[in-house]
Amino acid sequence: MKYAFYPGCVARGGTPELLVSANAVMDRLGIEREEIVSAACTGAGVLQERNQKLGDALNVRTFALAEKMGLPIMTICSTCQGVMSQANRRVLRDPEYLAEINEVLAEEGLEYKGTTVIKHFLWVLVEEIGIEELQKTFTKELSGLKFAPFYGCYIVRPSDALGFDEHPERQTSLETVIESTGAVAVENDGKTKCCGLPILLINQSNAIQMVSNHTGEAKDLGADAMVTPCPLCHLNLDGYQPKAAKRRPSGKIDLPILHLPQMLGLAMGMQPKELGLQRHIISTKEVIGKAAAAPAAVS
Amino acid sequence: MEQTLRVKRYDPENPGDAGYQEYNVEVTDTTTILDALLTIREEMDGTLSMRCSCRASICGSCAMRVDGQAKLVCKTRLNSVAPDGETITIDPLGNMPVIKDLVVEFKSFWDKTRAVEPFLKPEGIVPEAEYIASDDDMVHLVGVVNCIQCGACVSDCTVLEVDDSFLGPAALAKAYRFVKDPRDGHQKDRLEDLNKPSGVWDCTRCMQCVEVCPKDVDPMGRIMVLRDMAMEAGFNNTSGSRHTESFAKSVKKNGRLDEMKLAVDSMGKFNFPALIAEAPVGLRAIRKGKFPWKAHKSSEPDKVKQVFEKIEGNK
Repeated sequence: MKYAFYPGCVARGGTPELLVSANAVMDRLGIEREEIVSAACTGAGVLQERNQKLGDALNVRTFALAEKMGLPIMTICSTCQGVMSQANRRVLRDPEYLAEINEVLAEEGLEYKGTTVIKHFLWVLVEEIGIEELQKTFTKELSGLKFAPFYGCYIVRPSDALGFDEHPERQTSLETVIESTGAVAVENDGKTKCCGLPILLINQSNAIQMVSNHTGEAKDLGADAMVTPCPLCHLNLDGYQPKAAKRRPSGKIDLPILHLPQMLGLAMGMQPKELGLQRHIISTKEVIGKAAAAPAAVS
Repeated sequence: MEQTLRVKRYDPENPGDAGYQEYNVEVTDTTTILDALLTIREEMDGTLSMRCSCRASICGSCAMRVDGQAKLVCKTRLNSVAPDGETITIDPLGNMPVIKDLVVEFKSFWDKTRAVEPFLKPEGIVPEAEYIASDDDMVHLVGVVNCIQCGACVSDCTVLEVDDSFLGPAALAKAYRFVKDPRDGHQKDRLEDLNKPSGVWDCTRCMQCVEVCPKDVDPMGRIMVLRDMAMEAGFNNTSGSRHTESFAKSVKKNGRLDEMKLAVDSMGKFNFPALIAEAPVGLRAIRKGKFPWKAHKSSEPDKVKQVFEKIEGNK
């Protein structure tokens, strides 16, 4: 199994612990990957609001680079997944539009034929590797831990761009993976809502209210941590939780926000440092302790 | 076969949480949720209140939440949400106060629609006959005119959930309809208003409105175009506009996003109070070793820049 790896900007920027933990976990799973080093940012929906064609062209360029490598794309960022899925759908539905974009790419000798598959690591786990194989890598059974899934927006909407018809299992993939570790997936209202990050720098009060609602809800439901496949959600839910806590009656939240690979790494018995768990604004100490005390996995 | 519906109840004469009531209804493969609710009201429990009229997804009266997501219930078959006969939960629309059971107060919806002046305001010489618009323009606008004002998008908007001052997806889609109408003479004034707080920049791009709209109006897509039009019209002094410009600039230069620069540029380089207010967040990030000191780059930033230049010229 080999992929054209697209880590996305935030894994190389504000959430370095995501890249570290993803690499460690993927090595353990034997997922081969070659990074698309020349790829541009997907635009994250922001470039698209200024010029959709520009955003689409940058993404189609990435698809063409992967096509040339002969590999499907794998990303570790929900937002990248969503933006790339939408761009791919637009060009595949409209051959004339694709031809216009290919004309732009021709300058560097690239052409997208429309064959690139784009899959988030979360989907690779449930569709390609399979839960059984995944569980073989676990040395701990995280029973007794409760994780609140938090998908964010781009990996669930718009649903018709994300292949849910063909892959209905994607809609509950995060709960499936959480439960595969032996932990409880805590059902929460916020799990497919917005984390607030896109307006953090525009209307901070609203963005922080969203953090307060979602992390507060999960905490009230007894979650030990929240688990997300989206580094942008992580940035806001972790980084702005201290401000968000002031809006709760208790003035406290203290809910660690784990990246998906970090949770898997804990089930694989990896050391907290290997997973970058010290690089969180909200302390992960308690959840690390509970994972360490968890019984050995029976496989 | 039998289908169970869990319906949220509320009686204004006995306020307080009335919770959910379960009804078992006899249904077939083609029964819609509205059919089932009408059966309940007419044959089982006359006290259940809801709105509906056309039963053909035209009037926009019967929007409500089905398993947490806003839908027109006349256009939703039971088996599309509960293929194995699972219990279906029905709630009133969100983000609007409940009057009784499944009926909500639309006042804020209409107030916001009114606020965008949803009528043509032509300028200049009055033509002898009618104002003319091209077929192409009108065909494009039909996509928005299709809005039946059912409130589904407003119900599930994640910004309205935290801030009821936001104009919201329905009113902003309506605004787009007039901004884009070639017969209107107040495009610039309209954009200036929409550029203000609670306007186009407060949308968080969560796509709930796109997902739930029963008429494919794509409210969020319209809001994105309004943002671009506002910037093109010269309304650039907002964090939103600076955010977009800084984002584009960094990708054009490095091929990738420079998060630090994005933060500083969006708040405004000289907006010292805002920057100082962010200092604790930055310090925490530095302490935890997650501060992005150095911008990362594509291995071929010049190739990325080339795509920018080919599409945008030297903008």
